[in-house]
Amino acid sequence: MAFDTFFDFLAMGRHGSYVWSAYGFSIFALIALTWNTLAKRRKIRDTLVKRYLRNPTRS
Amino acid sequence: MCWVWFHKLGSPKYFYFWSKPLALPLFCLGCFCLAVGLVWGLAFAPADYQQGNSFRIIYIHVPVAMLAQSCYFALGVAGFVYLVWQMKIAPIFIQSMAPIGAVMALIALVSGAIWGKPTWGTWWIWDARLTSVLVLFLLYMGIIALQNALDDVVLANKATAVVSVVGLINLPIIKYSVVWWNTLHQGATFTLMEKPAMPAAMWIPLLICVVGLYCFVASLVLWRMQSEIMQREHRSSWVKQEVMYNNGF
Repeated sequence: MAFDTFFDFLAMGRHGSYVWSAYGFSIFALIALTWNTLAKRRKIRDTLVKRYLRNPTRS
Repeated sequence: MCWVWFHKLGSPKYFYFWSKPLALPLFCLGCFCLAVGLVWGLAFAPADYQQGNSFRIIYIHVPVAMLAQSCYFALGVAGFVYLVWQMKIAPIFIQSMAPIGAVMALIALVSGAIWGKPTWGTWWIWDARLTSVLVLFLLYMGIIALQNALDDVVLANKATAVVSVVGLINLPIIKYSVVWWNTLHQGATFTLMEKPAMPAAMWIPLLICVVGLYCFVASLVLWRMQSEIMQREHRSSWVKQEVMYNNGF
């Protein structure tokens, strides 16, 4: 462990605001990207299901 | 060397069923490696003797910057494959990869700016490395815009493939910008042949983060490609079978 206390860990020796804002933005962007990927997948599946149900004879 | 498996992957149907079982394990492995690497880097790696604790931004900045370039390299290769061999899977790959690459370049720029403030005293300067990465981000945005602007699928495929190949010229500029020009940006952390200049306690968690982010991005691109294949091939009976009965998609 590079820090003595949990507060030291949060403070990052005066650089806490930089380190945590960089990580906050990065993690947020990665989660948003994952969410977007899965939402798009669900949307395409729902559209296709509807389309196939409307035209059951055509494949 | 047998190339049959490679040619088969050019078929969207074969690619779909080949990639289907890979995405989720890659995603879990990627998240696990990222979690281990980030916690290790943030809490356990020693502080830098010059930069103090702000250097810990490296554990997200370097992986995303590497991915931003690797994603573009892959786009360029896919563009070339499409223009030369007209493989159907290539434009699907380009369309799926471009938004991921754009997010990687954006994170690299933002985390780099936040790192620059305590280290160089400025958020942004127009030096070679920062500008060439901004150009990389704009290239990704251009490909996404082009894809959305053109309704004709074949035309969109060709246009994005051409831009992908032409934009490859930017990659060596990014890579060697810290060597060719005087810049505030530090040199490469990892090189292929030499040991990293930093101690192992610092670069091992970084390496874990890089591997984790590669797996993470691979899983996302596979998921996006699968969705795109389903959308583009929705008239095929195998897609209907997959959507309506197999419940796998």
